[in-house]
Amino acid sequence: MIAQPPPRQNVLDRRDVLIDGLRGLLPPTGVISEALRLKPYESDGLSAYRQVPLAVVLPETTEQVAAVMQYCHREGIRVVPRGAGTSLSGGALPMEDAIVLGLMRMNAILDIDYHDRCAVVQAGVTNIGITQAVQERGFFYAPDPSSQLACMIGGNVNMNSGGAHCLRYGVTANNLLGLKIVTAQGEIVDIGGAHLDAAGYDWLGLLTGSEGQLAVVTEVTVRILRSPEGARAMLAAFTGNEIAGQCVDAIIGSGIIPVALEFMDRPAIHACEAFAHAGYPLDAEAMLIIEVEGSEAEQDDLLGRIRDICNRFEPISLKVSQSPEESLAIWKGRKGAFGAVGRISPDYLCMDGTIPTSRLPEVLRRIGEMSAAFGLQVANIFHAGDGNLHPLIMFDANDPESFHKAETFGADILRLCVEVGGCLTGEHGVGVEKRDLMGVQFTEAELNQQRRIKTAFDPDWTLNANKVFPLLSAA
Amino acid sequence: MNTPSDEAGVVAAIDDARASNTPLRVIGNDSKAAMLRPVQAARTLSTAGLTGITLHAPKELIVSARAGTTMAELAAVVLSENQHIICEPPDLTALLGGASAPTLGGAVAANLSGPRRVAWGAMRDHVMGIRAVNGSGEVIRSGGRVLKNVTGLDLCKLLTGSHGTLAVMTEITLKVLPVPERRATLVLRGLDPVRAVAALSKALGSPYAVSGAAHLPADAAARVPALAWANAAVTLARIEDFAPSVAYRSGRLRDELRMFGDAELLDDGVSQSVWASVRDALPLVGLEGAVWRVSVRPSAGPAVAAAVEAAGCTWFMDWGGGLIWIAGPADAATHAAISRAAGSGTFTLLRAPDALRTAVAVVPPEPAPLARLSRAVKASFDPAFILNPGRIHAGL
Repeated sequence: MIAQPPPRQNVLDRRDVLIDGLRGLLPPTGVISEALRLKPYESDGLSAYRQVPLAVVLPETTEQVAAVMQYCHREGIRVVPRGAGTSLSGGALPMEDAIVLGLMRMNAILDIDYHDRCAVVQAGVTNIGITQAVQERGFFYAPDPSSQLACMIGGNVNMNSGGAHCLRYGVTANNLLGLKIVTAQGEIVDIGGAHLDAAGYDWLGLLTGSEGQLAVVTEVTVRILRSPEGARAMLAAFTGNEIAGQCVDAIIGSGIIPVALEFMDRPAIHACEAFAHAGYPLDAEAMLIIEVEGSEAEQDDLLGRIRDICNRFEPISLKVSQSPEESLAIWKGRKGAFGAVGRISPDYLCMDGTIPTSRLPEVLRRIGEMSAAFGLQVANIFHAGDGNLHPLIMFDANDPESFHKAETFGADILRLCVEVGGCLTGEHGVGVEKRDLMGVQFTEAELNQQRRIKTAFDPDWTLNANKVFPLLSAA
Repeated sequence: MNTPSDEAGVVAAIDDARASNTPLRVIGNDSKAAMLRPVQAARTLSTAGLTGITLHAPKELIVSARAGTTMAELAAVVLSENQHIICEPPDLTALLGGASAPTLGGAVAANLSGPRRVAWGAMRDHVMGIRAVNGSGEVIRSGGRVLKNVTGLDLCKLLTGSHGTLAVMTEITLKVLPVPERRATLVLRGLDPVRAVAALSKALGSPYAVSGAAHLPADAAARVPALAWANAAVTLARIEDFAPSVAYRSGRLRDELRMFGDAELLDDGVSQSVWASVRDALPLVGLEGAVWRVSVRPSAGPAVAAAVEAAGCTWFMDWGGGLIWIAGPADAATHAAISRAAGSGTFTLLRAPDALRTAVAVVPPEPAPLARLSRAVKASFDPAFILNPGRIHAGL
């Protein structure tokens, strides 16, 4: 079980009174306190860790969020903000003495402005919901995390979510204009707006990716972009990780920045092919999915250039999609990767480190050695353009020893990422999962600087006190 | 002036200043001295001695350099691999009257971005890693040398644009991208600001990846040699990509903008010259008085232009109408008119006599909760308030 900060006994002792107080601030169905109904909130996408919260509150307006935060500030109640609960790092893991502040009822799209190319949405709108709201006019919201059908924009902001297309369009932070937040003290504050680059400190940049440590996000102003005329994918398979890596370098070196550049290793190719029957070459050691955008002629031009580059690396398979349907088929295996691995293993951990892309062959070799040493299978999916590596470690959750090994294996991979010049997390966040590894990447002075910023926003450590930072022995 | 040649020297200078409770004016080459509020400090700490590229990994789209490296040197190094600094940072030396070359540290500390910002992001979007020394003399790193990193709080974005008030940056890692093979610019002549912003909005809302969208009224256009032929207001839309794409898209965009007039097409060379002029605010260089930048939602740009024109100012627009560059009388009344015109957007006083920039808010004052956070975050980095005191807000 993951360690938690010691609960505040005076909160646990007053549970009934405090829940009554919260009921007074919210609509009749806005407070959940019955054990059975609290159960679904005990964990998120990292289901290995569980803790039933004190209560769950479901506000419908920013004013209600502010009232809850004021109350919690006054009463010393810890708060764990939650969107759709899709975090893979335990970002929404409750504490025994904390309320879960669920933003899912705040799911309205408040404004769409095609002229100024922005939209104002509440925190509980799903990522795909934004694109769906603007696609009939040919627009889209760019960041596309794998969980985009379910995950909510408030969570995307807090985790600075990425996706398969951030090589071209950037991550969440690069696609925001403004936020409405509620502070730990319960004040409502507007950050930014519909304009670019507010003067003064970059609160928008600091809050994005802050994992619910600094404030509660209730509204988000996002940039919306006009969709390209079209997009098409190609697939290239190679006899080794090194040679696939050299091919990636050659593509980037030629001046082409594909909108997506995905790398899968042999176990990932096999798992995905068995699941999706996408036509992946099973004799390949490494495979690339490369996507370009533009008109038909532009796609032909770019895919032609990329095909010529790939041919220099003696591909064992090279398939350029001729239609949107063929592109879909190429993507089908990759997008089903998690389900595919889930089919061959009862459980898996999805890791998320970033490495300098030049170190990929070495990192994959060492992960392979670790895999043998731990006796656990691993499949690697890699956003090759930006160095974001997702090893999927397969284990059996019913076997405590297997789970422990998987956790240790995962931590060793992340240490390796830092050792070669990368980082602990590229897009999933630190959460509780990587909290205790922060010392691998940061010095104590650096962690303390970050803690002091947290304290500047949240002097009592009301918000998400069990995440991101290693627990202090004194806490 | 203390100009240490390594990070240890920066630490020593800050330790010393803190021990003697002496405020420090933090600069690179001091090319932006005219910006924001003047700093009252007994000592000056310059990062100009911290020079040199420390890492260049073109295949990983990454370059690292010490903070005092000049932007010119950095640009030349990345250009040697046919890459560029994505946000197209302006060189405001001529506008601000600085005598020396801007440094990387200064460009990042001021979060300065040029025309490409509208499509590809600001300087802050491409700062991947920072080493800095905080006001307690501690070396703090954030980010790193990889393109995707959400480990811990994003101090790269917080320090970018903080004008040296939180920490002294010693080394910075930027994302870079390949230089596009070709550029072209469509020019519509004679549009008023409302029609111009409508045209730019249509261009930026098209699928043709417009990477520059500016409008210069006739007087501003006349001061740009490459646009003098127009003899009218000009509305500019740039496309950059591989040559076949540029040819195709500029043709399609020209058709889509037909309702605004018959666009002329500027070729690659002229495009480069025109956008360098927009980037460096050439239409305002040489004008007397103060200089401001206002950022608003693009559709509000024409109203800002009208208001500042009524206040006796000269202006032009970038970022599809969202960025308004303004030159005008250096007095409090004009400043007040501009801050009113900015409305819910933002403004920065870029150049003014010390008397004016000491007397007025050079950026919008923050609402009480944010002002409290600014103070608390400042104290978390610089508890003795010795780094560039008062540079952005009085008393901070």
